[in-house]
Amino acid sequence: MKTPIYLDYSATTPCDPRVVQRMLPFFTETFGNSASRSHAFGWTAEAAVEEARSQVAQLIGAHSKEILWTSGSTEANNLAIKGTATMYREKGNHLITAVTEHKAVLDPMKFLETQGYEVTWLPVDGKGHVNLDQLAAAITDKTILVSLMAANNEVGTLHPLATIGSLCKQKGTLFHTDATQAAGKIPLDVLAQHVDLLSLSAHKMYGPKGVGCLYVRRKNPRVRLTSQMDGGGHERGMRSGTLNVTGIVGMGEAARICREEMAGEMTRVAALRDRLERTLLRALPDAVQNGDPACRLPHLANVSFPYVEGESLIMGIKELAVSSGSACTSASLEPSYVLKSLGLGDELAHSSIRFSLGRFTTEAEVDFAAERVITEVKRLREMSPLWEMVQEGVDLSKVRWTTH
Amino acid sequence: MAYSDKVLDHYQNPRNVGSLDKNDPNVGTGVVGAPECGDVMKLQIRVDDSGKIVEAKFKTYGCGSAIASSSLATEWLKGTSVDAAAQIKNTQIVEELSLPPVKIHCSVLAEDAIKAAIEDWRTKKSALSGKSALSGIAAEAKS
Repeated sequence: MKTPIYLDYSATTPCDPRVVQRMLPFFTETFGNSASRSHAFGWTAEAAVEEARSQVAQLIGAHSKEILWTSGSTEANNLAIKGTATMYREKGNHLITAVTEHKAVLDPMKFLETQGYEVTWLPVDGKGHVNLDQLAAAITDKTILVSLMAANNEVGTLHPLATIGSLCKQKGTLFHTDATQAAGKIPLDVLAQHVDLLSLSAHKMYGPKGVGCLYVRRKNPRVRLTSQMDGGGHERGMRSGTLNVTGIVGMGEAARICREEMAGEMTRVAALRDRLERTLLRALPDAVQNGDPACRLPHLANVSFPYVEGESLIMGIKELAVSSGSACTSASLEPSYVLKSLGLGDELAHSSIRFSLGRFTTEAEVDFAAERVITEVKRLREMSPLWEMVQEGVDLSKVRWTTH
Repeated sequence: MAYSDKVLDHYQNPRNVGSLDKNDPNVGTGVVGAPECGDVMKLQIRVDDSGKIVEAKFKTYGCGSAIASSSLATEWLKGTSVDAAAQIKNTQIVEELSLPPVKIHCSVLAEDAIKAAIEDWRTKKSALSGKSALSGIAAEAKS
């Protein structure tokens, strides 16, 4: 078995070799600019871009004309949020989102707040769900957009898109979903789920980095956007800039493979995830699964290992590539805001690990990972004063700590 | 995050992990930090009659640098006098382990743990010497 074992598919995925094969000629032979209308190089590139557009559209039940290429999900989210906020300024100045969204949604919203917009930040319950009554109550006739992610990137909790979508439709507000983590992993259908705008990223679904797209509904209602990038008028004027043809071709192929293999892959990867989680929770007393145990992404497990600090655990399991909700692994010294929003105490947030599995994860890798984590948590617990206190029957919540 | 070789070494082979009997009159215990801050250190020293630290043990909940800082502290404490131990500064730990700026708080915590352990030992000692002085008087009065 080759180490380190990659269990961080929610951060990024490797390109599927079939995707790379499909992309290769577009670097060297068929390298044309898809906007060149005067020769075959351009026509070939344009045909490839349109084929990819249709492949991506099929993944989410959209029409290919509703797909707008971007550099990734961050740009797609910015375009969806700022683009509709500006375009529909006459309607109102209100937007709604949730506190557990990705920074690529939260930060454009915060920016809009500085520009005279009002944002409602919905809280979530212990599993990561927004209260739908609270959402309904928050929507007013001034609400331009509701932005709620399809699946959370840290705990994997799925928002009920169809319910939220029909609520928004009924209330006459636009619904955007950041589907970066969900796309290609679970079925999405923009028609059935009444989604008006949807962000996607290629590198989370075995395509290349630096390419993504925004689905923009063109019927019932026809969604309009103010461009955030101006220039040559590409993508119907909504996103100027020469298209990343190679990347787009890769994204199209990645979407095709995801769609064709989704049913089998969901079952396979969920079984591996459950095996990993079950082994960990059985072997380590007080370990807890974070998020919604039922309604979540099939490939993701977020587990807290109390009495052990996340960064030191990650240091100990260097044969595994995983993420931590611990403060120490990020640039800031704050533990994960997502886990804290779910009501986890800082201590549990500090000791959390996100395992995200994927297409190339094997059972042997999962078993090895479980064994390594169990060994290391036990070693660190032997070194932990908190574990010792708990063994002595001390209630940690009653201890008076000297904070620093 | 890149760790220095010394941090890695202490993390992988921590020195003096364990606990001493906190009720032993010759043992001083310091517990500093808080779980919500991501670091808790417990540092213990056993001091002989001449004021020399003969044993030092630690348990730490925290990142690799926190574990390394406390492990290093126990190494430095063993065999030194209580008075010399009280002079150990966090900057010496930073230097020895090449801690980056974001990890300086780990060394501060280790210094605090040393001071807390010494303080605990001193408190016990003075309470005890008060007691033994009293019992001495009592014994004299009896005879």
